[in-house]
Amino acid sequence: MTAPAKPADAVRDASPGRAGAIADGVVRSVGPIVLAFLFCGLLLLLLGRDPLAFYGNIVTAGVLRPSGLQDSITRMAPVLLIAAGLVIVFRANLWNLGTDGQFLFAAAMVAGLGPIVLAVVPGPIGWLFLMAVAMAVGAMWTVIPALLKARYGINEIITTMMMTFIGVGVANLLVKGPFKGTTMVPQTAVVPKALMLTDIPGTSIHIGVFVALAVVVIVHLALTRTSFGTRLDVLGANPRAAVHLGIDVQRLTVTAFALSGALIGLAAAVDILGIFGYMRADWNPAYGLKVVPIVFLARLNALAIVPFAIFFSIVSIGGEYAARQASLPSDFILYVVGLILIFMVITQYLSDKRARGERILPRRAAKAAADV
Amino acid sequence: MSELLTPTFLTAFVASGILAGIPLLFAALGETIAEQSGVLNVGLEGMVLSGAFAGFLGTLATGDIWVGLLLGGLVGLIVSGFMVVFCVRLGLDQIVVGISIVLTAEGATSLLHGAMFGKSYPRLDAIPELKIPFLGDIPILGGSLFTQPAPVYAALVLVAIVGWIFRRTSAGLSLRAAGERPDSLDAAGVSVVTVRTIAELTCGALAGIGGAYMAIVGAGTFVPFLTNGMGFIAIVIAMLGRGRAWGPVLGALLFGMSMSLSTALQLFGIAIPVDVVQMLPFVSVMVVLVLFTRQSRLPAALGLPYLRGAR
Repeated sequence: MTAPAKPADAVRDASPGRAGAIADGVVRSVGPIVLAFLFCGLLLLLLGRDPLAFYGNIVTAGVLRPSGLQDSITRMAPVLLIAAGLVIVFRANLWNLGTDGQFLFAAAMVAGLGPIVLAVVPGPIGWLFLMAVAMAVGAMWTVIPALLKARYGINEIITTMMMTFIGVGVANLLVKGPFKGTTMVPQTAVVPKALMLTDIPGTSIHIGVFVALAVVVIVHLALTRTSFGTRLDVLGANPRAAVHLGIDVQRLTVTAFALSGALIGLAAAVDILGIFGYMRADWNPAYGLKVVPIVFLARLNALAIVPFAIFFSIVSIGGEYAARQASLPSDFILYVVGLILIFMVITQYLSDKRARGERILPRRAAKAAADV
Repeated sequence: MSELLTPTFLTAFVASGILAGIPLLFAALGETIAEQSGVLNVGLEGMVLSGAFAGFLGTLATGDIWVGLLLGGLVGLIVSGFMVVFCVRLGLDQIVVGISIVLTAEGATSLLHGAMFGKSYPRLDAIPELKIPFLGDIPILGGSLFTQPAPVYAALVLVAIVGWIFRRTSAGLSLRAAGERPDSLDAAGVSVVTVRTIAELTCGALAGIGGAYMAIVGAGTFVPFLTNGMGFIAIVIAMLGRGRAWGPVLGALLFGMSMSLSTALQLFGIAIPVDVVQMLPFVSVMVVLVLFTRQSRLPAALGLPYLRGAR
């Protein structure tokens, strides 16, 4: 049912003609991005903004300025972790669209407990404890949708969405209530910079980025080299076959969801402990749906997430600046990401059609082209 | 507690419940039609939101509520056209396309709003209410249910018509067949693609009207992300309605009330944190889902593209 990369695709890509397959993969991944930016440029033109200046600003602020480049690299940490979490469920053809709720609930817990815990146990042990808390919270927030899906087959797209809205509310209640700091504005107490995740000397890039990269590698190995990964693939390809193979589908569903939520919780911990040190009420970076296309563009390959995460981080950091300069809301990234998704399924459709030896153009259009 | 149960309170409560519920009713009714035909319209939120923005613009420009509603429905229909082309015609993944419609609509409305109005949020004039003779004088219900803007009554009439189509016409039969056994319908000589196209476009138009109603009558203005997940709640209502046209009425009223409970309580000085207010409808959806899971019944071919000759 899911269009993007099925295991069969992966096998085909690895077969002879590897260079061609890679080239095909690049076209399928980069094509949609280029088309999306083209269409976004058209909208910018329509709004009376200069698209070239806009995109130029993205590059300037996201890559060329040293501080911007460092921000882009730091932004990768949560993006990588969320994407890794999503790969796990998407492989099993399960949809976890509740990222924002899992992320914010975990972030609120870390921001609330952080100042207290780190004052007592500073350093790695404190960080690990807080990360564990965040992972537990993230995992917990997926349990109800996972159980409803596993037991009764209730559509998890809807339930994870519902849980997201609840999670955002719970996070805000926590920040405004028990975790509220001593300031007038509703926000948590602040973790002193010295107690936050260590930066690479001379930069503002914290070690959480390496944690995220390590997790991506581990997830990749788990998905490609273990029976767990294979079981996920089987479940994703055909749930009935999975049952016949003796896979405990209910348990696997819950496990996949829990792992996914845990990694999303970890993303929150890394973001709070690495960059912010506190959480403001109503803060919501809304990574959730924006990260979904990254996972599909990477064709559900955990390692392939990395280049797309770099690209996404640059666009999101540079885009904030570019949007401010053009006096537009930074939500244009939602528009771009949505377009990327749609062009991705179209590209996939066309290239599948070509692989089957069919015409890409509809018959009438092809005939018209031949007549000319 | 007893002083809460005054006629004034109850009137305000029911009235604001209906106000919040009508957009849900339109959207959920549309989703029911689409789901019955086998199209899981995850992009509903995007259609509602685009309809809200278009409806707001229409009424802002003309001052006429009907122009706004019409424009909202038209834009909702156009947005659902993407779903038709990609999912019904080409058979692409309904969920991925649905998500992309939500994202694109959120981004586009926010961008357009930002470019047109910047940080200002112009308000629309209040909408005149239509008091039904005699019925409008009943205590509590008279001031709430029977004193509403005209589109509310139109919505209820629409529900009756859709219910009639579902149950009593061959079009309704074709619609349900497209969702349950598309191959049989095809064999019977009816085009599955056409049935689903009509269902999906109707769904988009209704969702757009719902969004427009929300912006014009409910909020009286448009802010980016106005719908805030309402489209997803409508999907749940459609699922729990088991394909009956009256399901959305019940669901919309229930969730509308849960949204308005806090507003009504605030009238009496009982302050509820705004976060709880915003969470409440989603919590009730989850509670209903957990309690009535087995009530939901979805068409067998829901979410599956129908391609002739493909298995």
